[in-house]
Amino acid sequence: MTSESAKKSPMTILKNIHAEYLEPILQHHRHSVNNLLQILREAQEHYGYIHADAIDHLSVALSVPRAKIEGVAGFYSFIYLQPRGEYRVLFSDNITDRMLGNQGLLTSLCSQLWVEPGKISEDGLVSIATTSCTGLCDQGPAMLVNNIAVNRLTQERINAIAELIRERVPLAAWPADFFAIEDNIRRKDILLSTELTPGAALSAALQRSIEATLHEIKTSKLRGRGGAGFSTGMKWELCRNAPGDHYVVCNADEGEPGTFKDRVLLNSYADKVFEGMTVCARVIGARKGFLYLRGEYRYLFDHLQAVLSRRRQQNLLGQGILGCADFDFDIDIHLGAGAYVCGEESALIESLEGKRGTPRNRPPFPVTNGYLDQPTVVNNVETFAAASLIALNGGDWYAAIGTSVSSGTKLLSVSGDCAHPGIYEYPFGTSVAQVLADCGASDTQAVQISGASGVCVAAQEFGRCIGFEDLPTAGAFMVFDHSRDMFEVARNFVHFFAHESCGFCTPCRVGTSLLSNMMDKFSHGHGSPYDFAEIENLNGLLQSMSHCGLGHSACNPVLDTIAKFRPAYDQRMVHQGYVPAFDLDRALSQARQMTGRDDTGAHLERDHESK
Amino acid sequence: MSQNNNQPASFELDGKTIPFQAGQTIIQAAMAAGVYIPHLCFNPEFKPHGSCKLCTVKANGRQTASCTQQAQAGMVVESDTKELNDERRALLQMLFVEGNHFCPSCEKSGNCQLQATAYEMDMMSPHFDHFFPDRPVDASHAEYLLDFNRCILCSLCVRASRDVDGKNVFALSGRGIKTHLIVNARSGHLADTDFSGADKAAQVCPVGVILKKRVGFAVPIGERSFDQQPISATPHPMKQEG
Amino acid sequence: MEAATKPKLRVATTSLAGCFGCHMSFLDIDERLFDLVKLVEFDRSPLTDIKHCGPCDIGIIEGGLCNAENVHVLREFRANCKTLIAIGACAVNGGLPAQRNHLSLASILEEVYHAQHGLVDGFIPNDPELPLPLDKVHPIHEVVKVDYFIPGCPPSGDAIWKVLTDLLAGREPELGHGLIHYD
Repeated sequence: MTSESAKKSPMTILKNIHAEYLEPILQHHRHSVNNLLQILREAQEHYGYIHADAIDHLSVALSVPRAKIEGVAGFYSFIYLQPRGEYRVLFSDNITDRMLGNQGLLTSLCSQLWVEPGKISEDGLVSIATTSCTGLCDQGPAMLVNNIAVNRLTQERINAIAELIRERVPLAAWPADFFAIEDNIRRKDILLSTELTPGAALSAALQRSIEATLHEIKTSKLRGRGGAGFSTGMKWELCRNAPGDHYVVCNADEGEPGTFKDRVLLNSYADKVFEGMTVCARVIGARKGFLYLRGEYRYLFDHLQAVLSRRRQQNLLGQGILGCADFDFDIDIHLGAGAYVCGEESALIESLEGKRGTPRNRPPFPVTNGYLDQPTVVNNVETFAAASLIALNGGDWYAAIGTSVSSGTKLLSVSGDCAHPGIYEYPFGTSVAQVLADCGASDTQAVQISGASGVCVAAQEFGRCIGFEDLPTAGAFMVFDHSRDMFEVARNFVHFFAHESCGFCTPCRVGTSLLSNMMDKFSHGHGSPYDFAEIENLNGLLQSMSHCGLGHSACNPVLDTIAKFRPAYDQRMVHQGYVPAFDLDRALSQARQMTGRDDTGAHLERDHESK
Repeated sequence: MSQNNNQPASFELDGKTIPFQAGQTIIQAAMAAGVYIPHLCFNPEFKPHGSCKLCTVKANGRQTASCTQQAQAGMVVESDTKELNDERRALLQMLFVEGNHFCPSCEKSGNCQLQATAYEMDMMSPHFDHFFPDRPVDASHAEYLLDFNRCILCSLCVRASRDVDGKNVFALSGRGIKTHLIVNARSGHLADTDFSGADKAAQVCPVGVILKKRVGFAVPIGERSFDQQPISATPHPMKQEG
Repeated sequence: MEAATKPKLRVATTSLAGCFGCHMSFLDIDERLFDLVKLVEFDRSPLTDIKHCGPCDIGIIEGGLCNAENVHVLREFRANCKTLIAIGACAVNGGLPAQRNHLSLASILEEVYHAQHGLVDGFIPNDPELPLPLDKVHPIHEVVKVDYFIPGCPPSGDAIWKVLTDLLAGREPELGHGLIHYD
């Protein structure tokens, strides 16, 4: 007995360590399993990763099986079940980061800190890996250190970071300019230039009847700014008409590679966003709203909380908003944790509910069966910001801007090969050529509109216009000049989709990995027309069989670049016959090493092709 | 729903008239009418999941999973077409290369729905390059074995354990191609869960992941479920097993 | 089947990382072999003991690729055979030999030649006569283009006969229930 209890005591102490930081977190989240992801994220901020003892504690405290906790934790890239480095460095790996030289910088930092990419240094000090686009394409290359964004990486900055990490300097003591994220607003139109006194749009809405406010939104012909372009007025109306407890959700999971407009809206125009959400709440009768903020924008969290609490003090949130006895509404911020698929509205709702971010089977749609199965409006950050202005100035005012099909303006996140990357607000109907001229792009070969899942337009299409009738976009506008290899652009995007596939459905889970391998095969010089046909078959299958938009659009970059930049593929079809995907000679290297042989029989001809 | 007083509502599936009751999905109605639509993650006893996509049909010209798509009167559904079967075969090939499926050494062979569906779809080869993942076997439990090499992530065991057994022995973790089945134990071992052979979860695996020990290969080749008849002629394959 | 006046088709067969079980099963077409030899003649095959494959109409490969020698033989077949058929589980998906693929080759050689009980002064053979093992076992379609597959461990004589007669008659081979199996 004594020896047993002696054995047990260190364990008990360990468990108490976890209880100490977990209990306040659990209390703050009301021991609700719906907040599981938030609890895990905060627990990790305290301990660096989710310890097995912490899972045990949470399992008991939340009355959920530990397998469920592990299942949720395992879904998100930024939640760790194993120790990571004290400094977790993640290099943003969008194509724009690559164009700015992130790979060389990663190699440099790794060698300076004696750590292999993807691994933890032996002393546990640092781990260095890559992550999907962090939304800093206008000021890249970028990285996250312990989930906080660092921009404008140069060799000099990397050297300084290596030194800071070696010296174990706490992040808070790093030079402030490393974290100075800029807005880079280059062109303002109504959304960015209209001054909105906090509460003004809400007052205007409250002076109208609810029906009249909804009417203004419908009159404005505002369409969702996340890219799909569903009518905002109709969405609000469908939700309003559905029975149940209503919720407003702002989708700030801006994960589409090359998109960073929400970052700027939330940084400098948060009142417009929250005011739009509050107007929506009034229309649909919601008492509760959420801002789902991507984990990469963790650095905006405190600022946004401050804006929310100021708005509460201003009686723009909380009980009896602006003296309206029947109007209670408040907003919580939930942080994502590195999962692009959560930008899909039903996956976002699952994630809000503390689950794995798997897109739901639809129908039913969120407007009737959303958060906690209740009627829910999910809109983009920019949509809510626009809605606040419509509440202020009326639907006709808004509808007069843009085109007949696409009213209003659109924020474009311009990055890549141009002199002035940043945010450009244009009325819908603006041509690609106009944007290129304004951002100082020259010798442009192609523009990727709306990110990896969007459309790649070539020079002869630069007369096309931004708008739902021609080029719908969530906002990304990545410019590639003639020095860029469009095959490598597509390959980067395909890797992105394989990494971000949620794994729920067969075609996307396996197909994106197969597609990624096929693109690598081409890249390694093993491609042939046989593989080209395979790529086309896979594209077809992903498009027709996938569960959600991620799988449907995973092959877009490939299809577009094949159609428009075929020579980039042709030059990689160095073989006419069939060639294996792997290097057969390298497949003998382990055996050569073990036997010490290096005779001709110990090798196989590389790139042998068969008919 | 346009439903006459006496006539039950119906839709058309590959030219056949399939009656259905309100709320039934396409595959449920088809199954009730004795018409086979290939499927793996669907099991009539559980809430549809819609993940394997084998049951994808063309309903009014639009591809959709027939296990989650509700039947609608007058709908025109195509299922047994060359185009769809070619795509289903490709999905099966994906499942075969994703895991490690070595049928000759698998106790489930002959009773395996993945294998039988692949036969049905004339899958002669895995076509794609294999992933050959490293997935250790869990033999910790006294009575049962978990061979994760064969897992197709249909989540039937997850649903059975949660919804029928009330136990939550199984869950999915990871994401994308790294998605994998886990069990509810700190050690990660089945022996340390409350799993029991009497659980529904012990009965539902369509492939050879959850296996009772010491009874393998009891039925001789030629007498196993799908030796006798193809899966398309076996309306409820789960109930056919001994 | 009547022997036609047209020239006989030339067929080669071999076993790579296989057990010759598929070849045994091939012999299970029994008396139909008499019909077959009216239509075909054999090039390289365990049945003829010809060492290298010459120009052929049909090549039949049993077994997957586990070493350099397997790769050479497969390439020789692909270069010489108009139609290449993978026969049996090992050729189709690596089969039993591929079940070593989750282990590193180094650990396997270590285990087999050094670590195992009873091995004193064991060493890993390094004779140039011996083909070096590949780090993983691969099915043959991952290395050359394969035209047809006959799955099974082994496929039955009837299945083999069906595919061959379909091909000889110019039909797309089809097995159907009972003949298609993976075990």
